[in-house]
Amino acid sequence: MARDMSDKEILKMELDQLKVEVNTPRIAVKTTAPEIIAFVEGLSAEDPLVKGVPEDKNPFKEKGGCIIT
Amino acid sequence: MAAQEVASQPSDTLTTLKTESETLKTKLEEERAKLHDVELHQVAEKIEALGQFVMKTRRTLKGHGNKVLCMDWCKDKRRIVSSSQDGKVIVWDAFTTNKEHAVTMPCTWVMACAYAPSGCAVACGGLDNKCSVYPLSLDKNENLAAKKKSVAMHTNYLSACCFTNSDMQILTSSGDGTCALWDVESGQMLQSFHGHAADVLCLDLAPSETGNTFVSGGCDKKACVWDMRTGQCIQSFETHESDINSVRYYPSGDAFASGSDDATCRLYDLRADREVAIYSKESIIFGTSSVDFSLSGRLLFGGYNDYTINVWDVLKGTRVSILFGHENRVSTLRVSPDGTAFCSGSWDHTLRIWA
Repeated sequence: MARDMSDKEILKMELDQLKVEVNTPRIAVKTTAPEIIAFVEGLSAEDPLVKGVPEDKNPFKEKGGCIIT
Repeated sequence: MAAQEVASQPSDTLTTLKTESETLKTKLEEERAKLHDVELHQVAEKIEALGQFVMKTRRTLKGHGNKVLCMDWCKDKRRIVSSSQDGKVIVWDAFTTNKEHAVTMPCTWVMACAYAPSGCAVACGGLDNKCSVYPLSLDKNENLAAKKKSVAMHTNYLSACCFTNSDMQILTSSGDGTCALWDVESGQMLQSFHGHAADVLCLDLAPSETGNTFVSGGCDKKACVWDMRTGQCIQSFETHESDINSVRYYPSGDAFASGSDDATCRLYDLRADREVAIYSKESIIFGTSSVDFSLSGRLLFGGYNDYTINVWDVLKGTRVSILFGHENRVSTLRVSPDGTAFCSGSWDHTLRIWA
């Protein structure tokens, strides 16, 4: 538990972790960014909070309307 | 041959460890910078900008006697569980605003609550250092507290909890600096995760298609990605300038967002192994308590300590809307499972559903 560890133990833990991470395989942002964008674009047409939902279809829009069970 | 006298190896002194650490951190940044050839918002320039947003409070859930600290949606997209500083955990029907169940915990500051995937139980905990599971009974008169099951035991407060893909396992994070995976039935710890240097404040499970990982954020300003099977920290990110209060995976599982007391939200790309966007404005000076994505990942919602909710265009890095309504800090925020609405909880004792 971090609270029960001495400063030295915490530093050693961080150091060991850094040694692992320096060797992590990485991909260039110019490759991953377009993929993130493509993922979003593929789904945003169906994203209710992005495109909006007609009042009669969204159960949250009008209070006191039909209750969907 | 004289034996080498190594009473305490030189490499073990505090200063030497620190220097080695700094050197490695610089090397890590250099490696990451090599692949930082373009900004996300630059690649996103040619995308159509989002239109005007009209999001309003559609429901207000009143009933808590004190600050709302946490909430979670049920997979049925209409039920919500929320927990509060006064020790109460309430299950609501968000469509009708009716309270379906209420439990009083033996402690105050119930900082974490989660709905089980089956919808048949909720988990919660806080200053009691535990995570307990309550099966939800169909009989409204039944005393839920009688069936309570103590699952997780930490040595400090429980800050977050989350069921894995079934009702059988729970992931927890704690003020004791660790995260842990527990078997609900036996209460046994299946795996523990050590690596944070201070309190862990939040966690989020990767979308099931992307495998067995989760991300955590803490008071040490670090966000860590963990392998659930080995307990190993796979990647870590330390670009925030203060406590990380909330972390949330991007819908694809290839990135995650974080919200911090440094008043910014950031997006980290896991495959590029770096931060790729910062969502901030000079006028926003209060910390972010909670973040969540819309269904497609195009929008990032952030709940802030200045009582507002800011809505960000994830790709372009700009703010598209600011929502007012709460009368105190927004402490928790989650988008519904089908993305039709999101719920925010606040220190003003209420929860609001926005759509």
